[in-house]
Amino acid sequence: MANWYRFSSPQTFYPLAGRMVPWFGGAAAILTLVGLYIGFFVAPTDAQQGESYRIIFIHVPASWMSMFIYLVMAGWAAIGLGFNTRLSHMMAAALAPTGALFAFLSLWTGALWGKPTWGTYWVWDARLTSELVLLFLYIGYMALHAAIDDTRRADKACAVLALVGVVNIPIIYFSVQWWNTLHQGASVSVTRAPSMAAVMFAGMLVMVFAFWAYSIAVALARVRAIILERERHATWVHDLAGAAA
Amino acid sequence: MSAAAAALGVLRRDLLLALRRKSDALAPVFFFVIVASLFPLGIGPEPELLRRIGPGVLWVGALLATMLALARLFAADYEDGTLEQLALSPEPFVLLAAAKVAAHWLVSSLPLIVAAPVLALQYGLPADTIAVLVASLLLGTPVLSLVGGIGAALTLGVRGGGLLVALIVLPLYVPALVFGAGAVDANLAGTGAAAHLSLLGACLVLAGFFAPWAITAALRIALE
Repeated sequence: MANWYRFSSPQTFYPLAGRMVPWFGGAAAILTLVGLYIGFFVAPTDAQQGESYRIIFIHVPASWMSMFIYLVMAGWAAIGLGFNTRLSHMMAAALAPTGALFAFLSLWTGALWGKPTWGTYWVWDARLTSELVLLFLYIGYMALHAAIDDTRRADKACAVLALVGVVNIPIIYFSVQWWNTLHQGASVSVTRAPSMAAVMFAGMLVMVFAFWAYSIAVALARVRAIILERERHATWVHDLAGAAA
Repeated sequence: MSAAAAALGVLRRDLLLALRRKSDALAPVFFFVIVASLFPLGIGPEPELLRRIGPGVLWVGALLATMLALARLFAADYEDGTLEQLALSPEPFVLLAAAKVAAHWLVSSLPLIVAAPVLALQYGLPADTIAVLVASLLLGTPVLSLVGGIGAALTLGVRGGGLLVALIVLPLYVPALVFGAGAVDANLAGTGAAAHLSLLGACLVLAGFFAPWAITAALRIALE
């Protein structure tokens, strides 16, 4: 049986990640093409929303990924704090920008969809507001990481922050939801019954897998860069640079 | 010395230090008063409008004032090494850290709560609404101090600390703000504030239990 712990060392993980990046990157490209083809050409026009609904093929997977990546990030942070493994912290740090990107993408596409459908770019809906707070959490995480020069301390401090954030996300979500229903600000609801045609759902599912593959590929590529940066004084990195030169 | 006595000692010491430097302790109140006075100047003096926005403005003002005071929570003790001694002491560090947060709340948040009714009068809030405002601040500001303590501990000695604390802590303040300002709003609308206040109390219980552990973990990381 293979010893999986071997790959918890940056030195052994670096080449493994390098081999995995093209696979996941290629999968992401192919799945995106298939998903977008289904989304734009195969899926029928929606009876109520017309063509504008097609944004869901980007919007929904991006929202899911933004939330899921935060969970994964917090998971790596917990492992890093618990077992004191450097690579876990590097993975958490590598995931944060991708999560922030998806949170931003979700808000942006949501605004573009909201204009023709609701007649406004932004409503203070519970989901929109909590997605915005999620983006702020990502930004706070990255800002804290960037502000601490000592990487060990930055890793651990950010791990605590990620765990505090993950405890808070449900509380924030419910508080915002309740605040919204109380204020009766927006008369529209995002939580309409999803009477979605099978082909639309298939297109969305393909896009979800495409975003998964993209996130994994990008996070692995980023973690490779982080490994090189932090291990630049190690002999194996020098050997690597010598072999490349 | 028992753990409780040690925690009380930390509390007494921090309060004494605050009394010796009154201007530091009073800055958050004045900030609160000034911010609350700026809103009518910016928006206009219509009593109806002011009564409508009053609860939110006062809560956001109190929240920002609490947040600005966070920078002083651990910074001085971190610089002169007191914090390290506290961490090395045989008494549980989590109790000592909680005592520091409690002292910080007494020094920087309690004056805000005393000033809030006066500002609420400026916004034309009725008497029973002011009572709810005070109750919501009494329940809510400890949550702000506890959650803010995590941010203060994480950013100890980090460059750009003040702005960074805001970036980290403000998203986490959302529930307290929603329930706190919501309680006052609900009373104003005549729907009763009990539900909001209960939820705020639940937040306080949660934060009171978990935040000191997170603060201790963050302080130990900073002291490494």
